[in-house]
Amino acid sequence: MTGEIGQFALALAFALSAVMAISGLAGARETASQSRAIASSAAIGMFVFVALAFGALTYAFVTSDFSVLDVAQNSHTAKPMIYKITGVWGNHEGSMLLWVFVLAIYSAIIVFAQRGSARLTSAALGVQGLLACAFLLFILFTSNPFLRLDPPPFEGAGLNPLLQDPGLAFHPPMLYIGYVGLSAAFSYAAAALITGEADAGWARAARPFMLLAWIALTIGITLGSWWAYYVLGWGGFWFWDPVENAALMPWLIATALLHSALATERTGAFRSWTLLLAILGFSLSLIGTFLVRSGVLSSVHAFASDPTRGVYILAMLVAAIGGALALFAWRAPQLQSGAAFEVVSKESMLLLNNVLLSAAAATVFIGTLYPLLLDALTGQKISVGPPYFAITFAPIFVVLIALVPFGPRLGWRNGDGRAALRALAPAFGIALVAALAVLAFVTPRSLVAALAFALAMWTIAAAVIDLAKRGDIRTLPIGAFASALAHLGLGITLLGITGTTIWRSEALDLLKPGQTMPIAGYVLRLEGVQLYQGPNYEAERATVSVISNGGTIATMSPEKRAYPVEGQATAVTAIRTTGFSDLYLALGDERDGGWVIRAYVSPLAPFIWFGGAFMAFGGMAALWGRLRPSLASATKLAAAE
Amino acid sequence: MKRVLLTLFFSLLCINAVFAIAGSEKLTDPRLEARAVALQKELRCVVCQGQSLDESNAPLAADLRHLIRVRIEAGDSDEQVEQYLVARYGDFILMKPPLEPLTYALWFGPLGILLIGGAAVALVVFRARKRLDSASR
Repeated sequence: MTGEIGQFALALAFALSAVMAISGLAGARETASQSRAIASSAAIGMFVFVALAFGALTYAFVTSDFSVLDVAQNSHTAKPMIYKITGVWGNHEGSMLLWVFVLAIYSAIIVFAQRGSARLTSAALGVQGLLACAFLLFILFTSNPFLRLDPPPFEGAGLNPLLQDPGLAFHPPMLYIGYVGLSAAFSYAAAALITGEADAGWARAARPFMLLAWIALTIGITLGSWWAYYVLGWGGFWFWDPVENAALMPWLIATALLHSALATERTGAFRSWTLLLAILGFSLSLIGTFLVRSGVLSSVHAFASDPTRGVYILAMLVAAIGGALALFAWRAPQLQSGAAFEVVSKESMLLLNNVLLSAAAATVFIGTLYPLLLDALTGQKISVGPPYFAITFAPIFVVLIALVPFGPRLGWRNGDGRAALRALAPAFGIALVAALAVLAFVTPRSLVAALAFALAMWTIAAAVIDLAKRGDIRTLPIGAFASALAHLGLGITLLGITGTTIWRSEALDLLKPGQTMPIAGYVLRLEGVQLYQGPNYEAERATVSVISNGGTIATMSPEKRAYPVEGQATAVTAIRTTGFSDLYLALGDERDGGWVIRAYVSPLAPFIWFGGAFMAFGGMAALWGRLRPSLASATKLAAAE
Repeated sequence: MKRVLLTLFFSLLCINAVFAIAGSEKLTDPRLEARAVALQKELRCVVCQGQSLDESNAPLAADLRHLIRVRIEAGDSDEQVEQYLVARYGDFILMKPPLEPLTYALWFGPLGILLIGGAAVALVVFRARKRLDSASR
């Protein structure tokens, strides 16, 4: 019964999204206040019915209702409850439903927040309605999660064991909050172009959505990278996999958008550029969805490889991106920029930030799509791997990070360059000392390491100086605090990346119980390997003693799990962290009475994720700064009533 | 369809690389072994999704890791090993695509975009400055 309720709710939500699209867009006219009211009600209605459908699917998963095809293909009774719930979005149909659910939540928030003028809000709802319409149609016709199976099987096929992991449980929802959050910025931008209200108002209205999307993308990418680090078993944190790139591109553009919108709100500068970035950000989210969902790429993420779906998403992509860009080309020339500022000013720095971030995003875009394009056009197959991005992407980012400290220290319109240099001199000194210290004390001697380390210290020290120079922390504008925190996070992440990529030690050997292998000042001794039975897997668990200076300082237990239902195996790594350095063990195959053990010592590895957390906190602080005034006035209003 | 299934099958093998070469398979000369490890990080597992030979657990990757060691022991230089594998598997096996007319756009695209972007910034700043001057006059 729940399956039918879900199906019916989806169909109703589709009808409501169509109403929302039409009346929302009609409400862009000054006199059409009734249309605006209808659009708002339709948005709320759509939210209710999509939530109902999502609840129905969750219920089917939780109760292991194998008469629903999607549940039978992706769940199993022996699976722990948390993975029954996360299994809802661990498959193509369910993840698309989650996508639309997040879209519906954002639409409801747009209705309740009523940011910007009534016409702007209405047009934004109209665009959201169009997107919801397209996605609901896609779900109903190509990816219906409620298809029945008759007769229902006795047991389900299980969930990919790689996805049965707490770190991954919240990675997809986070990314979707980010991806779809950019749809709100996109809708407001399109609304601004439709209504002609392309002044600072739309940027101010859309800013909380941009911030929320950026925070969620930051957390989602950080979680995904952390997961890859501890699950995939070879100690890396970023692989330049097309699916990772699909999340990185919107993040880069969203970062550029946050900075550019700042100028648009403050001085009205870069109006059309900010609109274009809002369109591009969500376009890249859509392209990411296409890459992941269409089966163009096969990877852990691409659980659907169905060409009809690919063609549908491609058509949707062309319509949405093409439509928005056409709208932009038509209306943007009417916008007068009229920004006036000195060469040395915050505006100039923001422009540089935008160009470098956009070029970085374009590089990732080229590197990700070039092999597909070349294959399609000439049939020649090439691989674009990490070495390509090290040569092209890294230099752009190095220049970007080197310039980061100047932006916050320069004023609008006319910045005092000398004062900025004077203020940042200590940071430069710290960076210099750091570089020399690395060259002097760290072996093997590496100029690249020294430069990267110096760059990271430069950013960190500059963020601290920026905070200190602004005086009393209690009277500090929250935006300044937020930017310092986020820039600090960038420096911390860079420290982590430098440490793991340049100073990582690696050891690999075949050990019999009692045998030892050395790595970076430690000696590892394999004590033995035991078998044990998990809830839905069988595991081999190794016991490895970590010996330092002759004494055993720790015992670590890397595992290998076999999932009989899914017919797959996963590695569970053992990581011992001091907060500054990780000792990382993974257990390999059994061979000739011994086991392959792979070990890494990754200095500063945890900093990668600490930095991500700092960036996300920076975003949250900025969001809080934006919402506080309106929250305060809302409470006052409630108190007065 | 068969190709899809086969790819899927192989990609399942690649996931969770539980690893590379160990124990007796390692080359006895540590310098040669280090070269082999460096090489297998630059070459890709041709049946996996974006993994290097170093990371992959696919049987073919294990064979290729062995092959790299055989070639190195036979006295091949790093370039000769790469050429040997490219001759058999195509450019696809290189993690770093070669620079040739078909990949010019790939290699120089980012630089081109950066230059265009830089020029645009210079133009915008120049105009903004002029406006400031005319406003103050």
